[in-house]
Amino acid sequence: MTRSSRDDILAALRRNVPPASAAPDLAGLGVTFADPLAQLAQSVVAVGGACVRVADLAGAADAVAALPQAAAAKKVVSLVPGVGVPNVEAIVDLAAVADPHALDDLDLAILPGQLAVAENAAVWVDGSSLPHRAVFVITDHLVLVVQAKDVVHHMHEAYERLAGRPRGYGLFISGPSKTADIEQVLVVGAQGARTCTVLLVG
Amino acid sequence: MASGHPEAATRFVADDTRAHWHDQAVWWIRQKRDTASAAVPDWEALREAAAGIKRHALSRLADYLEEFERNATSLGAHVHWARDAAEHNAIVHKLLNDRGVTRLVKSKSMLTEECKLNPYLEARGIEVVDTDLGERIVQLAKEPPSHIVMPAIHRRKEEIGELFQIHLRTKPGASDPTYLTEAARHHLRDKFLAAGAGLTGVNFAVAETGAVVVCTNEGNADMGTSLPPLHIACMGLEKIIPRERDLGVFLRLLARSATGQPVTAYTTHFLGPRAGGELHIVIVDNGRAEILGREALRGSLACIRCGACMNTCPVFRRSGGHSYGYTVPGPIGSVLAPARAPATFASLPFASTLCGSCADVCPVRIDLHHQLLALRQELARKKLVSWPKRLVLQLAALVLAWSAAYRLGGWLARRLLPLVPRRLLYARWNVWGQQRELPPMPRRSFRAEYRRRRRG
Repeated sequence: MTRSSRDDILAALRRNVPPASAAPDLAGLGVTFADPLAQLAQSVVAVGGACVRVADLAGAADAVAALPQAAAAKKVVSLVPGVGVPNVEAIVDLAAVADPHALDDLDLAILPGQLAVAENAAVWVDGSSLPHRAVFVITDHLVLVVQAKDVVHHMHEAYERLAGRPRGYGLFISGPSKTADIEQVLVVGAQGARTCTVLLVG
Repeated sequence: MASGHPEAATRFVADDTRAHWHDQAVWWIRQKRDTASAAVPDWEALREAAAGIKRHALSRLADYLEEFERNATSLGAHVHWARDAAEHNAIVHKLLNDRGVTRLVKSKSMLTEECKLNPYLEARGIEVVDTDLGERIVQLAKEPPSHIVMPAIHRRKEEIGELFQIHLRTKPGASDPTYLTEAARHHLRDKFLAAGAGLTGVNFAVAETGAVVVCTNEGNADMGTSLPPLHIACMGLEKIIPRERDLGVFLRLLARSATGQPVTAYTTHFLGPRAGGELHIVIVDNGRAEILGREALRGSLACIRCGACMNTCPVFRRSGGHSYGYTVPGPIGSVLAPARAPATFASLPFASTLCGSCADVCPVRIDLHHQLLALRQELARKKLVSWPKRLVLQLAALVLAWSAAYRLGGWLARRLLPLVPRRLLYARWNVWGQQRELPPMPRRSFRAEYRRRRRG
């Protein structure tokens, strides 16, 4: 009977097994900030994004309306009820879009973030909230709406909050798309969003 | 010995201006890493934790791989196993061929470079587009990447402008990075929209959940996997980490070590395929299980491919990635390559001053300088070191072990070397003296001098 590659590989790994080594304790890792919301705002700017604090969803809608990229947007998706753009004709129902290729000309996407990490501006966007995954990267401009109570200090806290959620696709987005591949010069807006605005609500 | 690092490096440093430019460009990334890590008060604790997690994972690799396979499969992903590069390439090709895919977009995967996937697929009629901007640049230039994080760091913007003029029809003479990147954005967007499948590497594979985690700054992995229906994720088997919460440690270290950023713009957790799509994960051995069994070298499997060792290495900075002749250059490459193919890469462990700066910056605390030394010893045992060098080192070992010989040698050097004409002393036989001055010979040996001072 021919052994499968899987069998061969696992057998080789068990044959060559190194000495036992216990997993380290991760307690105590992570740095807390005196003002995590202020730190988040600072981090967002440091990664090339913008951060706006608003009192409530109405304030969030106003903040979006004030963005130049919103005024110019001809095609907009909003997955945050209550936060759209004044030009309602631009708004597209993402759930009604059959093929994500059709989103190529998407100008603005307003998406909910389930949590935000103060140390590095990473905003967790759960896949279950996205009818099409492509929306956050194919759009020219991105707005992420996060509740102030969902701001955590560091990545360890983030994963603690995420533990126990239904297993499925999700990602951290930190700032706009960028690259420094040409002579180390930072260029914002490589393949994905050219701008990223985090609206901190509450 | 076939030509190796010294010969390639000689060509690189011949262009003095360019060599200095490369040195400074790469060192600047080291400095950004320093700024970022200095701002993290628990940086050393993080490194210790990361090293510990990897050591633990490697001690139970088979178990964790099986757990990963179970969990990934339960989410609807397909898991394939490849003993070597040939099997990996065949698996990827079959997946594409069975579905009639002729256009593939790829985000960065050093593993697929190692397996030489691109030429394999291209020979079988599949168009492969590397979508990381640096990788696309070297792909268009028909050369290998020279750095694992910044593949085109050896290229000046004017050269990239010329390349884009030919392939992307940018304006002649244009070299502004913003303009060129914008042109690449549109060019690559067309490729993403036309692709039949997207292939990514894997930064971390989580055993506990079956997740495949991919980190990019551009979002090219996300573009490539959210439009076409087929996602192929290729991983070396050492990419396994036990639990999701371990990601907290690695994600805080990776981007800071690689580019000085707090985290990459996109950190995508793929769990199972998307609705209406397929996710195929290819787990590759290709010599890794063998390295696991070698005590002196197994630490190299902890590598998270951040590139920090390259950025700090004085030899890498001044010789460039192409001087190494391997997918992964620099200190980590100088361990991985000769571990895999000692005869071909025998010069690499010697392309080092053993200064240890690489081990200093490694986020997972790989003792690279010890591994380079261990490889030198192995190469000497296998007689893969040139005979003049072996002879000189054996002679040195003899002299250092036998104090009478040491004293005689010292006396001869002090008496005779000053008498040898310079032309003879620095002739071609003196390889060491080509770029260095021998120290001036003292009148007395240290021993004699010490005795003299104690008396007087």
